[in-house]
Amino acid sequence: MPAPAHSTAATTGAGRSSSTSLAPERLQAVPVRHWGRLIAAAGAAAGLAGLVGSLARNANLHWEVIGHYLFAGLIFNGLVTTLWLTVAAMVLGLSLGTLIAVLRLSANPVLNALAALFVWVFRGTPLLVQIIFWAYAAALYKQVMIGIPFTHVTFLRIDTNSVLTPSVAALLALGLNEAAYASEIVRAGIQSVDPGQSEAAHSLGMTPALTMRRIVLPQAMKVIIPPMGNETINMLKTTAYVSVIAAHDLMSNIQDVYAQTYQVIPMLVVASLWYLALTTLLSVPQARLERRYGRGTARATRTSPLRRMFTGMTGVTGTTGKDT
Amino acid sequence: MSVPMVHAQGVRKQFGRLEVLKGIDLTVERGQVCCLLGPSGSGKSTFLRCINHLEKVDEGQLAVDGELVGYRRQGSRLHELREKEVAARRRDIGMVFQRFNLFPHLTALENVAESPVRVAGVNRADARIRAGRLLGRVGLADRADHYPAQLSGGQQQRVAIARALAMEPKLMLFDEPTSALDPELVGDVLDVMRDLAADGMTMVVVTHETGFAREVGDTVVFMDEGVVVEAGEPRQVLLSPRHERTQAFLSKVL
Repeated sequence: MPAPAHSTAATTGAGRSSSTSLAPERLQAVPVRHWGRLIAAAGAAAGLAGLVGSLARNANLHWEVIGHYLFAGLIFNGLVTTLWLTVAAMVLGLSLGTLIAVLRLSANPVLNALAALFVWVFRGTPLLVQIIFWAYAAALYKQVMIGIPFTHVTFLRIDTNSVLTPSVAALLALGLNEAAYASEIVRAGIQSVDPGQSEAAHSLGMTPALTMRRIVLPQAMKVIIPPMGNETINMLKTTAYVSVIAAHDLMSNIQDVYAQTYQVIPMLVVASLWYLALTTLLSVPQARLERRYGRGTARATRTSPLRRMFTGMTGVTGTTGKDT
Repeated sequence: MSVPMVHAQGVRKQFGRLEVLKGIDLTVERGQVCCLLGPSGSGKSTFLRCINHLEKVDEGQLAVDGELVGYRRQGSRLHELREKEVAARRRDIGMVFQRFNLFPHLTALENVAESPVRVAGVNRADARIRAGRLLGRVGLADRADHYPAQLSGGQQQRVAIARALAMEPKLMLFDEPTSALDPELVGDVLDVMRDLAADGMTMVVVTHETGFAREVGDTVVFMDEGVVVEAGEPRQVLLSPRHERTQAFLSKVL
């Protein structure tokens, strides 16, 4: 008989709360001292202080070298290359990835298989291999030709080496590799949208293409954005790989410097500081996009991340949006 | 006699090995309200979805307003319709779903105005004015700027009805429109449907609301295991059913 048991529990609970509710502030108890926590915190803090102190006093770190190169022109040029490479590779990856995701979900078995093949190849081989492959693709095809296959008709013929500069090779390698991963993220996003949404759109006379663009993709974005934000931050760091083909990105230029000066550690600190600064900056637009595409969901709050930080926990869980 | 709005002859539908519709014959005249009743799994929702080609008919003929659903007749041959042609036919058929299926990223007003703008090419300002008027008609003028998540189930379903009406359909399909609602919200939705019927809209309603069927329906069709068991005047089917399967079902529902 759960019901009466429940009611007695409720009444005793109410009775207890009414007797204690008089004086929650007046209660004076000695709080439990968490000695273990205190010791652990103090130990960790002391360890960190020791590490920072020893680094600061370590002459081999050469702070003057770090200071000299942090804002040097060469480093700055590398930074610009890293940034445009990141943006261009992500644009290529996301647009091609979306196309491949749509092909993967299409009813056409040939396109479906081609999309699967693309993902299989570009996700299944190391990025480093792909980067070097594109850099040396001229060894495979000396000329790039656009024409009709199996005939002698050609519209365009150029030397591979003149098109496939290190920057272009880097962009191709990063962008195509990213497309394979992005397509899986976009596909998961599209599949996360309730099929009832497409049915409702179809019943209103929308074509499949319009339904995808206006109804399914905007809802899929909510699922797509957080992992794509991760991918973007990852891409920024992954561009460092293209230093192997001397694409003049940040890492290439850092390596150029320490190849001459042998100041490896200080130059790596310079690189790390810049990568950290950029990845920190990148998380801002991500939060903004998440709020933009979270419209209409209970979690969506109009508060900015900064304000949320100051208003505390209530902002994080969301004020359900019912009153906004 | 004019062409019936919905005309089905020997409609069959299979999902894999499972035969869901085993030859449905049904006619809904212009301006009539036809209520489909039956136990779950009887095929009534599948049949409703066949009417606007959300499901493809395997056998038999199904026509809306004299035009075959999903096919075009040329001479003695049937040609399957292209996606665009299917979409164009669906414009004239409004559908309301059990789970509302409102677009969660759009406000109530945008939900209603979306397809007139994108599909029918109405200009945005006009579409919004008309959408506002439709929301007023379902009693939700003050909820225009709310997102679906901010509305109750009953309110969402009424927005969904307004959304379907925005394309000015000649036929409305309702797939258990009140089954997902809390009991106290059912009345508002049924009121809207009652008004719609009174305005002369042709409606096919899959429902468990026998009260609504008796009051608003012009015909009641009882389906079981993929066949029409009994059809006729609501009074006759609901109060003095001839078939024992209908009797058994009604004794459980009423």
